[in-house]
Amino acid sequence: MRFEDNWQYSWQALIRHKLRTVLLLIAVAIGVTSVLLLTSLGEGARLFIEKEFSQLGSEIMVVLPGKKETTGGGSVPVYGSTPRDLTIEDAIAMKKISTVKAIAPIIAGTSLLSYQGKSREVITLGSSKEIFAVRKLNLSKGKIFNSKASDLAKPVCVLGATIKQELFGNQAAVGQWLRFSGQRFRVIGVLQERGESMGLDMRQMAIIPIRSAESLFNSPALFRVLLELKHANTEQYTEDKLRALIKKRHEGEDDITILTQNSLMNAFNKILTLVTASIGAIAAISLVVAGFLIMNVSFVSVSRRKEEIGLLKALGATAKEIRLIFLTEALLLVSLGVLTGLILGYGLTALAAIIWPVFPVSIPWWATLASIVVALAIGLLFSWLPAAHAAKHDPVLALRGN
Amino acid sequence: MNSALIDIQHLNKTYIVGEQPLQVLKDINLQIKQGDYLAIMGPSGSGKSTLLNMIGLLDRADNGEYLLKQQATLTINEEQRAALRRAHIGFIFQNFHLIPRLSAAENAELPLMLAGMARKQRRAKVQQVFRRLGIAERADHLPKQLSGGQMQRVAIARAMVLEPQILLADEPTGNLDQKSGREVVELLEELNRQGITLIMVTHDQQLAKRAPRQLTMVDGEITEDTQQTQQSRQQQDAL
Ligand SMILES: Nc1ncnc2c1ncn2[C@@H]1O[C@H](COP(=O)(O)OP(=O)(O)OP(=O)(O)O)[C@@H](O)[C@H]1O
Ligand SMILES: [Mg+2]
Repeated sequence: MRFEDNWQYSWQALIRHKLRTVLLLIAVAIGVTSVLLLTSLGEGARLFIEKEFSQLGSEIMVVLPGKKETTGGGSVPVYGSTPRDLTIEDAIAMKKISTVKAIAPIIAGTSLLSYQGKSREVITLGSSKEIFAVRKLNLSKGKIFNSKASDLAKPVCVLGATIKQELFGNQAAVGQWLRFSGQRFRVIGVLQERGESMGLDMRQMAIIPIRSAESLFNSPALFRVLLELKHANTEQYTEDKLRALIKKRHEGEDDITILTQNSLMNAFNKILTLVTASIGAIAAISLVVAGFLIMNVSFVSVSRRKEEIGLLKALGATAKEIRLIFLTEALLLVSLGVLTGLILGYGLTALAAIIWPVFPVSIPWWATLASIVVALAIGLLFSWLPAAHAAKHDPVLALRGN
Repeated sequence: MNSALIDIQHLNKTYIVGEQPLQVLKDINLQIKQGDYLAIMGPSGSGKSTLLNMIGLLDRADNGEYLLKQQATLTINEEQRAALRRAHIGFIFQNFHLIPRLSAAENAELPLMLAGMARKQRRAKVQQVFRRLGIAERADHLPKQLSGGQMQRVAIARAMVLEPQILLADEPTGNLDQKSGREVVELLEELNRQGITLIMVTHDQQLAKRAPRQLTMVDGEITEDTQQTQQSRQQQDAL
């Protein structure tokens, strides 16, 4: 039998049995698509978590007061128990480390904002002008204060978009005076409407110069210090320097906790590993289900054609030729099915990306590879098995259809 | 007898039906010469088709001996039997066994395609055979668009294209009306006159009588062979 006749014969078998071919094709395609969709959901969840924690940026470090032992726990050290306060002076000293580009010390507290009879309980951050650059906070109105950490207190503030709206409505806020727990502050800027930043809803906050916060809350204790590095990959060096610095300033104890993107990632590694493992399990299960589907479909489609196999043998076809004919047909069919499945899978995830842009669905490359390999392997194997079985025996058995 | 085209000795075949063994062929002895024309008759279930399948290498006996052109066929493997089938045997079935999705010409081309002949030559060869069988203008029709007689002619063409020495026909007229049945048989006889060995299973007494040699089977045994009786008569006469 010639090569081109082999393909021609198999191709004819597919296009002249359109309904059967379409049904088989759909079965294979559904198998492949389901694998792609399920794994893309899992992978999406993983990417979502990763994105949340990579927001910190690789050149940003966070210094918290107090030492938090993270042994065994793996939980995120958000607040340390505070034996000795981290002060504004500590933060100013950090600026001298050679790898540090900018520092933004933060004092946090709540204060009652009031303007013309309206009042709101608002989280108030006291910081230096660097916080706007480090946290990439942009203003929609006005300008930022340019107080450094060492400058004297100034009664000015920048408001989050929601607070501004609640207190001032559509009126202009910049230039107005309001009260922070009784003290008068002038609004000099309004933050752009923007979602969360490091787990804090910046729309609900007010930012004032750090010395103003020190006097407002009557405490120099820092909530945290944000550091921006000059270059990436200098975290370890900077951390060592920071600890040495604090040790010197805090009577021999480096009672601080340092967060980097890496340390956060490490803390969440367990969750990420779990998520990755569940994606693997989802993929495996859907592959098995798809495999069974393709297996049955292939097996039935060849078994139905025992009579044809018997006839071909009676006409002088060898078992080898029969196996080749049916393998070629299965290869064509499964390839088309896989192709359809890939198009469907990628099309649907692309659609999902448009409909839910927040949740990053994404098909992992290995799921694509695995679904192609499994579909082809199972499709070919379970076409080959019944064909080889029927071809091996005396044609009379196949001609009788058993 | 050594020069026999087909030489069958002490052939047995048993099928297992449920738990019970059913002996379908019992100690068959049969010699057929090149160019013979044989009709096999007998009641339903007597083993006629089974014997024909054995001769056509579609089925394999349990024991005994079957030499096709002096070559042992029971001890060789399936692939070798496939090669023998392709080289020597054409088969015609009662229910035609045409592949429904293929046109008449494509069906008839199958043996040539399997044998590796190029498409153009196949077409030419089939067209030539179709003309001889009177179905040239049906070449592109699907089996379902053909009458029974036309379908059986396509099947005959398919059996003929490789120019085999042996043509086996299992009730070739069983699904045809009388007229087209007789036409098909006349066609087969014409091929026989040109030298092909024709073995035909039939239920039709009239048709069987046209064959110079008639076998009758009952319960898996050949109970009557006109040639054998002739031979023994001749032997008796000689004595
Ligand atoms: N594969 C098989 N398995 C079991 N029994 C079989 C098988 N093939 C044939 N038989 C049995 O062998 C016996 C002979 O069958 P065969 O087809 O040779 O009969 P036949 O003479 O051709 O009958 P008919 O005139 O009805 O075609 C029957 O009883 C049949 O049931
Ligand atoms: Mg029969």
